[in-house]
This record gives sequence, structure tokens and C-alpha cells, in this order.
Amino acid sequence: MTSQSLDTVEHAERTPGTELPWAELGLKEDEYARIREILGRRPTGAELAMYSVMWSEHCSYKSSKVHLRQFGEKAPTEGPGAEAMLVGIGEQAGVVDVGQGYAVTFKVESHNHPSYVEPYQGAATGIGGIVRDIIAMGARPVAVMDPLRFGAADHPDTRRVLPGVVAGIGGYGNCLGLPNIGGEVVFDACYQGNPLVNALCVGVMKHEDIHLAKAAGTGNKVVLYGARTGGDGIGGASILASETFDAAADGDSGTGRPSKRPAVQVGDPFQEKLLIECTLEAFHAGLVVGIQDLGAAGLSCATSELASNGSGGMRVELDDVPLRDSSLSPEEILMSESQERMCAVVEPGNVERFLEICEKWEVTATVVGEVTDGDRLEIFWHGEKIVDVDPRTVAHEGPVYERPYARPDWQDALQADDPGRLPRPADGKELRAAALALLSSPNQAGKSWITDQYDRYVLGETVLAQPEDSGMIRIDEESGLGVAVATDGNGRYAKLDPYEGARLALAEAYRNVAATGARPLAVTDCLNFGSPEDPAAMWQFAESCRGLADGCRELGTPVTGGNVSLYNQTGEAAIHPTPVVGVLGVIDDVTRRTPMAFADEGHLIYLLGETAEELGGSAWSQVAHDHLGGRPPRVDLERERLLGEILIAASRDGMADAAHDLSDGGLIQALAESCLKGGKGARIVVPDGTDPFVFLFSESQGRALVAIPRSEEVRFTDMCAARGMPAERIGVVDGEELDIQGQFTLPLTELREAHERTLPELFG
Amino acid sequence: MARVVVDVMLKPEILDPQGQAVQRALPRLGFEGIADVRQGKRFELEVEGPVDAAALRRIHELAETFLANTVIEDFTVRVEEPAVSEEAPA
Repeated sequence: MTSQSLDTVEHAERTPGTELPWAELGLKEDEYARIREILGRRPTGAELAMYSVMWSEHCSYKSSKVHLRQFGEKAPTEGPGAEAMLVGIGEQAGVVDVGQGYAVTFKVESHNHPSYVEPYQGAATGIGGIVRDIIAMGARPVAVMDPLRFGAADHPDTRRVLPGVVAGIGGYGNCLGLPNIGGEVVFDACYQGNPLVNALCVGVMKHEDIHLAKAAGTGNKVVLYGARTGGDGIGGASILASETFDAAADGDSGTGRPSKRPAVQVGDPFQEKLLIECTLEAFHAGLVVGIQDLGAAGLSCATSELASNGSGGMRVELDDVPLRDSSLSPEEILMSESQERMCAVVEPGNVERFLEICEKWEVTATVVGEVTDGDRLEIFWHGEKIVDVDPRTVAHEGPVYERPYARPDWQDALQADDPGRLPRPADGKELRAAALALLSSPNQAGKSWITDQYDRYVLGETVLAQPEDSGMIRIDEESGLGVAVATDGNGRYAKLDPYEGARLALAEAYRNVAATGARPLAVTDCLNFGSPEDPAAMWQFAESCRGLADGCRELGTPVTGGNVSLYNQTGEAAIHPTPVVGVLGVIDDVTRRTPMAFADEGHLIYLLGETAEELGGSAWSQVAHDHLGGRPPRVDLERERLLGEILIAASRDGMADAAHDLSDGGLIQALAESCLKGGKGARIVVPDGTDPFVFLFSESQGRALVAIPRSEEVRFTDMCAARGMPAERIGVVDGEELDIQGQFTLPLTELREAHERTLPELFG
Repeated sequence: MARVVVDVMLKPEILDPQGQAVQRALPRLGFEGIADVRQGKRFELEVEGPVDAAALRRIHELAETFLANTVIEDFTVRVEEPAVSEEAPA
């Protein structure tokens, strides 16, 4: 493919017998046959490059598509979530109406494999990619979040991956000037060779500023702007997201094939900042017909998707693409994943003004093509036609697989292995030790060593940030309108039951948003799974999709978009199925938010919801016994909705001084976090007839902790009684220690030491 | 003591934002005619004992594992010839 003679369309027609490296580019034999059938001839090298990246799992969703359809088919058709939906699945990011003329767009994506190969740059460019998705919708990015999963905390490779990922997220996000307001950090040996680095971005715009990616209008110009195109990340989309990951991890093995170039990209956040300002100014000046960011599959993706979404065809002069490395072949230019690039469609009369704006921001911009009246995407190199395809066949009509899936034969044994048989703490002394062990374990310990490396307050609109239940950003200074976002996903629950695991992730994120007083509206998801060619992993994926789609319909929160990451698998060992769910909510006035801290002595602590003995997949079973088995906690989404309404009303009417959701780690975890955050102790009474261990460590869903001023107690309990929400007074905010009466006491200093020293000791 | 120099450069196809920033600044300062700038790192290692094949192997290993990120960087190892004046016996 790097030979001297150019493989033009004409040449391909004359030489049907020429062998092409379709297998090395990740294509299957039948896929290559299909390309030949579509074209009626063999593809040129450039065409093969385009098809191979666009038909990769990462870009085409060929294994996941048939399951993802449920998010549209089962989408709620009524209720606030459905009514707020302005742009749904299929665009670069979904858009939700949040009132007062504002719209919010948000999306979560994965950058898993690149972050394993090169942690700093992989994580950094993950932020860069999701931010460009948001600006391509015409929105100004206002916050990012990062749900992260790593291997065992004490594994040497985690010491390589985690600090790099955290520094990359911090470095890129801080340089861009975007607050990082939340996310998660989870350790589990199952992620050892396949860490998950997901990135979420939230953007804000006015309704009239929403823009969609399409190339309408014959004669309109295609402008490529941003960084010059180099040889980085070539083949990243097809190789990194495919089964040949191990080969890609070897990096540069010097065979000269594009797929063997290092599949790592290096980002430049200052260039991205210019791109944000330049793009938004062009939008506001009304100069943009269509726009697309260049992410995975680079120009191949941008040109074919823009043309495919528009009405006509497109003609591109590849010679006009500004290059960082003049030795690049046309195939490499088409596949390059150089960062910080965008593609816009601009009316001819506006091109000059568009280029002026780019020049003002010192952004390189070049007209590389135009929209034509045909229906072909034609690409030229040195005056010769090297690509002549129907763009729809590249971008949207790729292969679709109904992969076989089957419930794995070990699932029954796993579910039968109930944690009920495990030895439990027998008395107060043992409960105390179990509590300290839990709270100091890497998963349950404080994460400030990580989150303190991110700027949480830049832009000055951050209302809440980690470790609060959800991140909250003010979007209107006058009215106090704001949005809250939480991301959650418990791979242990999902391993025990992938259907329920997805609903549990949704329930927790929903609860986290409601706990801060915001009304949950919409969902984005990042579905991280093993190989789709493994029927067990495929079953987990199918079940999780079904669970999430059912859950979203039940809660009235539509999925607006997201991302699928498959092949998170090394050999036979797949990661736990890890559906990460992001929920976005709206709060009319951020001054009414409910924080998690116990701040005032004398406030009454109420536990909302019901506690049963539910320890399957629990943090306790992991920390105390390294056990994973049984069933995950039961999900009752109707109850979650009711709990949400109670928490939102308590916030709006000023009844609750603090609220904190109960999830992994149970009540003891929530109590410890609320006490430590506020620097206040609590006296807690175990209710009569309740087993203290179950009371403190069970992970029953649909529960939250609230602190109620005495003056509001009657109003609050009346509201709960009227709506049928179980609410039990379990104690009071008081003193300098967490006192579980009759069982044990933990001075806050000891609690803080146990909870906060773990991560610095491991990674500091 | 002998000096071994390890030069670390980003691989040619990898974006070098620092080098680009320098290149962009040059014409502003009146320095014309520079087509491209790549910025790297230079490590000077003072080696105890003789710089023999075993020592170079060790330095190569430490460069590969620590000084350079070989996913995105290349490196070279060379022994710096001591200057004549230093070599002269006292």
C-alpha cells in the first residue's frame, strides 16, 4: 500500500486480481467480499482503509446494534424525560431541554485500550474526544467526569496505569479549563489487563444553537480545521477496538503497514481550547451548515458521515489536507487519528468569514472539498480518483451481526453461591473491625488523592463536586438554574445478574442525582464488555441492554446516546460486565441543593427505604471474604422514583439539611462519608429487632440517609407517610465520633485516618 | 568518570506540541527559515567504573524502562568522549 504506483479507482478496475491486506486491517473474509460486491470491483487501497476503519466494531457497532435498538424502541414516550428530549440517539450527543431556553448535551465515551497502552495520552485524548463531540453539537463544554476501573490496587501494573491516567485526565482537562466534577474509581482484578477509562462531558447551549452533522447543499465547501494531520493513531480504530489488540500493543514493529504504526495519539489541550472558541464563534456567526469532529477513523469517518447524513455527495481533494508529515500516504491520511481536528460544511459565500475566524484563533483551516449533487463520495489524490463510494455503505450500512449468545453454564453456580454462608462479625468489637476494614479498602476509601489532581472549580460555576453524590453545575447566574450529573456502574452486581446489574447502575445514578435535589431527566451510557465473539460475554451485553432499556422506560428517563466498548478481554478472561450509566438532572435553583455533609449538631438522621439482608456482590463480601456470589440486591424502580420525589421535595422545600444515597458499602459507608465531610459525629441507634450487621452492611436499594432539622421533622415525616415512603429515625448528628450505640464507637480522627490514607499509601 | 548521554525524542509520527509552540514563536521573534522543530530530552549519566558492554546494556535497560516512554518515544545511547584537557594527568 505504500508502493510508488497509486492505486486509483481506474487501476483497481484494471487489476481485479490484486491481493489487498484486508485481514491485517481487521476485516473478515465475508466483509471483504461484501465490499467487493458493493463496489462491483475490488476496492482501492484508500477505499479499503476507509471501509476497514468504519466497519470496525468501534465505529460500526456491528455486534451491538441489534441490542442497542431497544433504547429507541422502548424509550419513554411521556413524562418529563421524554418531553425534554430535543435530540436523541444517533447524533454525536443527545440534547435535553432544561428550561429557560437552555439545552444541555452530555455523553460518555470509552478510551479503554489506548489508556492501557499509554495511560497519560490515552486518558488525555479521551477527554479531548468527548469534548469535541459536545462542541460539534454547538454547545459550550462546562464540565467533565471520569468513571474509571483499574486492576487490583496493589498490583504493580496498576501503579503504572492509574497515576498516568489520572495525570492525563487532570493535565488535559485542567489545561482546557473544564472542571472535573465527579466520576468513580473502582479496583478489581478483572480489569487488570483491561482498565476502563470512560469520559463524560456536559455542554450547555441555547435551543436555537443546536447543530447537527450533515452536509446539505450542493456547492457548499468542506472545511477541515484544527491540528495538522500526522501519522499518529493510524489504524487505532480498527486495531485497538478489534481482536488483534495484542498486536497493536506491541506498537511499532516496523513492517511498514499502516496498521503497525503506533496506535497512540498525543493530544494538545491548548489547540483544543482554540478549537472550542473558534467553533462556537463560527456557530454564533451562523456560518456552519454541518459539522463533525474527527475522532476514531479520522477523515474516513468525518467525510463519509457528513456526506451520508446530507442529501448529496461529496468531493474531497486529499492533497489539500494540511499535513504534519509530508511522507504520509493517502491511505494513512484517511485513517489518521490525529487529535484536535474538526470538519465543517460552509456555504461558499461564508467561507472567507469562516477562515477569518479560524485565523483569529490561530487555527489552521483549509477547504478540502465540496458537497456535490451526486450521491457518491469521491476522493482525489494528485488529480486521480482513489475513492468512489456510496458514503452510506461506509458510514451506516456496515455489517450487522446477530452474534450468538448464551447464558454461561457457570451462572447458576455463581448465583447459588450465596454470601449468607460467610462468617460474619459476631459482636460490637468485630463489627468495628469490619467497618474499619471496609472503609479503608481501596474501593470504599476516600478518593481525594485522585480527585484533588483535577480542577473542580475552574469556570466558577461548580456547585457540587466529588465526593458528593452528583456533580452540579450552575448554568444561569440570574435564576440559579443548574444541572446535576452522576455516573454509576457496579460490575460485581452485573456479573451476578447482567440484567439487574444494568438496572442497578441506572437506579444508583438516578438516586445520586435526586439526592442532591435535581430532577433526573435523561441517560447516557458507556457499555464496557468482553468479546462479542464469546457467547457468554455477548449474553451479558444483551441482558444489560435489555435491563437498561426496560429500566429507562420505567423511570421515564430516555437514553440520549453513549458508547459501546467490546473486546475488554485478555484471552479467556473478560472483565466483569460493566454498564456505566450517567444520569442528568435539572435543578431550578442551585442554592436549594442538598449536600451530603452532616453539618449541624442536633439534626435528626432518618433512613429512608427498607433494609433487607442483601449481601450478594456487596463491598463487605469482597473486603472480608474476597467473595463474589449470590444475587445482587433487588431493584424496585417504582420505589426509586418515589424516593427521588421525596428527596427532590425535601430539597425544594428546605426540609433536609443533608442527603446521601446508600449504595456499595451500605449504611456504614454513607454514615462515615457524611460525618467526615461535615466534620461532625453521629449517634446511631440500631432499630429494635434489626440485626446490627445487616443494618450496617446490607446493600438494599432504594435507600438514602437524610439529616433533618428538628423544626422540619413533622413536615418531613408527614410527607413521607402521605406518600408511603418508609422513613425511620435512626439517630442524631452529634459529637466527635460515629457512635453505633450498643455496638461500637469510632472517633472521627480514627475514621478519617482509616478512610483517607489508603490511596496515598498505594500511589502517593 | 565516564559520561553516557541518552537522547530521548518523540517518535517522528507523534505530535509534539512543545516543538510546534517553539516553531510558531520563531518567526514572531524574527527568526525565519525554520521549517520544523522537534523538542526532546537529553540525559547525562555519570557512570561509576568502566563503560563496557555490560554497563551499556544496563543503561540501555534503564533508558528503555524509565527515561523513555517507548510507546511514544525513541532513544539513543552514546558514550561521550572525554575532553582532552580533563584527560591530561595532573
